[in-house]
Amino acid sequence: MRAEAKLGLALLLTPLLLWLSLLIIIPHINMLFIALRERVAVATYETSPANFLTFFREPLYMWTFVRTALMSVMATVITLVIAFPVSYYIAKIAKGRRKSGLFLLCLVPFWVSELVRTFGWMILLRETGVVSNVLQYLGLVQGPVEMLYNDAAIMVGLVYTSMLFMVVPLVTTMESLDDAVIEAGYDLGGSGPSILREIIIPHATPGIVSGSIVVFMLSLGNYLTPTMLGGKESLWFTELIYSQFIVRFNWELGAAFGFMLLILSSVIVWGMLRLTGQTLEKTMG
Amino acid sequence: MIPDLECVDLKKQFGETTAVDSVNFSVPPGSFFSILGPSGCGKTTIMRMIAGFLEPSSGDIQIKGKSVLDVAPNKRPVNMVFQHLALFPMMTIAGNIGYGLRRAGLNKAEIDRKVGDALERIGLPGIGNRKIDELSGGQKQRVAIARCMVLEPDVLLLDEPLGALDLKLREHMKVELKALQTAFDTTFVYITHDQSEALVMSDQIAVMNHGQFEQMGSARDLYYRPETRFVAGFVGDSNRWSGKVERVQGSEVELRTERGMLIRGNSHGRSLAVGDAVDSFVRPEAIVVAGKASDLDQFDTRISGEVSSLLFNGAASRILVRDDQGDEIEVTLPQSGEYASLSRGDAVHIGWSGEQSNCFAAEAS
Repeated sequence: MRAEAKLGLALLLTPLLLWLSLLIIIPHINMLFIALRERVAVATYETSPANFLTFFREPLYMWTFVRTALMSVMATVITLVIAFPVSYYIAKIAKGRRKSGLFLLCLVPFWVSELVRTFGWMILLRETGVVSNVLQYLGLVQGPVEMLYNDAAIMVGLVYTSMLFMVVPLVTTMESLDDAVIEAGYDLGGSGPSILREIIIPHATPGIVSGSIVVFMLSLGNYLTPTMLGGKESLWFTELIYSQFIVRFNWELGAAFGFMLLILSSVIVWGMLRLTGQTLEKTMG
Repeated sequence: MIPDLECVDLKKQFGETTAVDSVNFSVPPGSFFSILGPSGCGKTTIMRMIAGFLEPSSGDIQIKGKSVLDVAPNKRPVNMVFQHLALFPMMTIAGNIGYGLRRAGLNKAEIDRKVGDALERIGLPGIGNRKIDELSGGQKQRVAIARCMVLEPDVLLLDEPLGALDLKLREHMKVELKALQTAFDTTFVYITHDQSEALVMSDQIAVMNHGQFEQMGSARDLYYRPETRFVAGFVGDSNRWSGKVERVQGSEVELRTERGMLIRGNSHGRSLAVGDAVDSFVRPEAIVVAGKASDLDQFDTRISGEVSSLLFNGAASRILVRDDQGDEIEVTLPQSGEYASLSRGDAVHIGWSGEQSNCFAAEAS
């Protein structure tokens, strides 16, 4: 019986272990080895931190790295600010079919691939695009306007792509807040803003944190949106990694970049958890 | 004396349905007023209108003589203890009790002092820094009341706050609530569907059904002198017979039940005429049990039957007596214990006086 139970457990864990080891742990160990070697001559390698030093010495790499982090944080904040009232409405104000309908509306864009969605934004924002034409038609601008290939376009794309991942955890946590608790707040003399600050936000904190972590990670690791909406000059860190691996064929530097990105996201997530006094178990469980 | 709370012709309609229909009542200062009714009778709607979460369709709500219809819920001098208490789980106990004081803009020293006082009064001193989920059900209850009482409201509304507690604790909290009300000397308005809660605690009770008040009075009035058929059936336990009036003399009534039994009753001033369909209600404790028929000579209604069930419940033990017609009558056993050896199938005689039987015109149906 015990042996059978053990076998069962092993079988259940096998897919997870395979997935973790084959796709995450082993590639990362390999990546680390690649990152830590330096090509000294043709097909001759030496272990050294040279690739990491290159990263820190080259201002463009550093700048792209910081820029990507700041833009991702900003995208997370904007997503949160937009998603919060939307989630509150879905969780607390809308009822019945309206509620599920609204929730479904948030989900619908995800039935289309990210590539197609991003093309949608390009159709809207490009020089000969819908927005440009409408503005010209209304006489608000003279001549076509290019709205693609700038930071604002990247931001719009990132927020749009991330919205659902913020709305879902927020709606879930806010739904678990008893309406009577909000009413009690009013009854005891609280005003709208104070109830938001003292009751709703503290209650929704696990949802806010888990949504923010997901959105931040997605933005940081996003390749498609910054490239397509920001153009060649968008300076997104994933593009640097891509170009090192694929264009420059410099796997050593690319791997080092990959590791820097991993460290960056870990540090920011850890900092966010510390700042809000949450634990990973609380927000993800 | 100006009543603490007065509702005048209060009405609330949700679309086509009238949830509350022309309700009038006033609650004198420092009293314990209960609204008792089955679920869906509109009592919660009244409560929410007083608290300000719902706007009445018509009528007026006055607190200390001033209409509060235009006052937002967070500005009304009433506070509410919610059904599931609605304590703020994200705050400590002191944070919960001090919430309203912080919102009122008091300084920290004063808030701390008042919170400490309140904890003292509810018998939980020094636990201010604990979390809400560390408290037992009864303690949460007390914190929820203290959270309102620190604001010194003119009226405290309680929305079935004992509903979530287990029976033993509920019995205990009944006594404690009454004691807290006396200690804080505040007007309590309590709504419940549990008659024993209302009967034990209240100075005045309003029985509500289908959006209207059926009767308002002291617990004793409601129990012994119900004015409507609904009150007679809803408050306390009763045996009920339906029949037709055969004879009326003053307030004494004789009725023949559908199965042909003759029962005497009393209309207590309600107008009943010969031939009217009536319902007669008799409390189980108004019926006397005897081993011999001759012991019951002083009663004008006497029935012989056999014990069909024993419902032992300590001092409130009852038996079900099946009469010749096959009706079952619930009878409370005397507490002296003389019938302790009664068993199923024993022949007994029961009787009661017509005075104890309340007759009401049956509802046309």
